[in-house]
Amino acid sequence: MPTSQGISLPAGPAGPAALGERAESGRAASILPLRLRGAMARARGKVLIGPIDLDITRRGLTIVMGPNGAGKTTLLRLMHGLQRLSAGEIIWSAPQSQVRDRQAFVFQSPVMMRRSVLDNIAYPLVLHGVARADARAQAAEMATEMGLGGLLDQPAPVLSGGEQQKLSLARALIRAPEILFLDEPCANLDGRATREIEAILQKAQGDGTRIVMSTHNMGQARRMAQDVVFMYDGKVHECAEATGFFEDRPKTPEATGFINGDIVE
Amino acid sequence: MDEILHGTYEAARLIVTLDRDLLEIIVLSLKVTLTAVAIASLIGLPMGAWLAVNRFRFRRIVIAVLNALMGLPPVVVGLFVYMMLSRSGPFGAMGLLFTPSAMIIAQVLIITPLIASISHQTIRDLWAQYHDLLISLNATRGQRIMSLLWDGRRALLTAMLAGFGRAVGEVGAIMIVGGNIEHATRVLTTAIALETGRGNFAFAMGLGMVLIAIAVLVNLAIHGLGRTERSSVW
Ligand SMILES: Nc1ncnc2c1ncn2[C@@H]1O[C@H](COP(=O)(O)OP(=O)(O)OP(=O)(O)O)[C@@H](O)[C@H]1O
Ligand SMILES: [Mg+2]
Repeated sequence: MPTSQGISLPAGPAGPAALGERAESGRAASILPLRLRGAMARARGKVLIGPIDLDITRRGLTIVMGPNGAGKTTLLRLMHGLQRLSAGEIIWSAPQSQVRDRQAFVFQSPVMMRRSVLDNIAYPLVLHGVARADARAQAAEMATEMGLGGLLDQPAPVLSGGEQQKLSLARALIRAPEILFLDEPCANLDGRATREIEAILQKAQGDGTRIVMSTHNMGQARRMAQDVVFMYDGKVHECAEATGFFEDRPKTPEATGFINGDIVE
Repeated sequence: MDEILHGTYEAARLIVTLDRDLLEIIVLSLKVTLTAVAIASLIGLPMGAWLAVNRFRFRRIVIAVLNALMGLPPVVVGLFVYMMLSRSGPFGAMGLLFTPSAMIIAQVLIITPLIASISHQTIRDLWAQYHDLLISLNATRGQRIMSLLWDGRRALLTAMLAGFGRAVGEVGAIMIVGGNIEHATRVLTTAIALETGRGNFAFAMGLGMVLIAIAVLVNLAIHGLGRTERSSVW
């Protein structure tokens, strides 16, 4: 069980106890690993990304990198099921009906529902049938641990960028997802807010949540990545362990240029 | 000039002393209009939300028809309801013609398109913001619509007030299907028309003042809500 120190996921029906159960022997098999085989996304006749072969293992923290327009957002949305798959396969390790409810997604620009901070965080629980009072209690606990404790009754849309991003994260973590996708969660945040988000993510990872996130922040990638997926022109150009990728240098000139801050032509 | 002054004085006296006939007419007006707004909202709000959230083949046409229906002349609606409810009409056996129910039906037909259309626009904008989140959270269709209606409630209240404003001041349809029968279907607007024709200016003005007061209050409410809508974020 998480302690009161730092960030912890709230206890409850969907809390870490349930997650631990899943991870160990569990009531339900893990939805991970996730496998992409020849996965492609198209829009208006144009290929956005793919074909992509990629494995997301059960544990770890994957960072998706690449220049603007490389297809990072599209890849994350495709895995989460927000982007239609036009060819290939996305294979979860559990039946399709269970998959969606055990994932969460944090969008690059936070979606603030026109409700209080508390009700925003409680929302996913309420959707899944948790009694309102119970949901709010869990949400309050989560908010407090994330440093949003003083803002519970504020309308969510008035929060600052950093606070909004934390709210998004709290809302995504409230049901203790098995896998969390994040699309540049720290894009507009200052150093301190970025570190706070990173701490929350590391704690969530410790509690059993698999993390896949895109970032443009090289420092963040170096600090957090266990695996790196380097995208370029709609394709996965390199897929490597972080130590190998950053220390032994990437294998391709595009990736090398990218991490050296050069403009990749 | 004298007549206006005298009329104003008499009207004020009728209001202040809570004249029975005046009161009866006001109460029926509010009853009919509020009931119509409630029914039209129950139909129009979910309909607007549903149109905003769902993609189907004739969506554009349905929305175009809805917008066209907003401009429907009330007198024509009155005629239509009259024909439906008259003894030889399809619903004649229900005996609703010249009852408050007939007036409510006519008003519902007049304001439902208005409420549905405004709520459609509101919900469509909110849906654009919420779309990815609600899909990601696996909200059911019903949950999506409920969440959008709830979070858009201020704008939706404005839609309801607009419907109220239109219904309470309406005279053509109500006159045709209600018949303006004393102690039965006489409401503010039809009474004003009648009393003016009779040369009974004091009573007509008393009614007129009440109607204006109601209209002003509703408009202030719409304005106030509209402003909070813009200045705050919900
Ligand atoms: N719905 C769409 N219709 C057409 N083109 C699209 C659509 N969505 C994305 N694209 C295109 O797909 C490509 C990849 O976009 P994506 O948003 O995934 O890139 P990204 O790597 O996330 O970029 P950034 O770093 O700027 O966020 C871009 O060229 C983009 O213009
Ligand atoms: Mg992107």
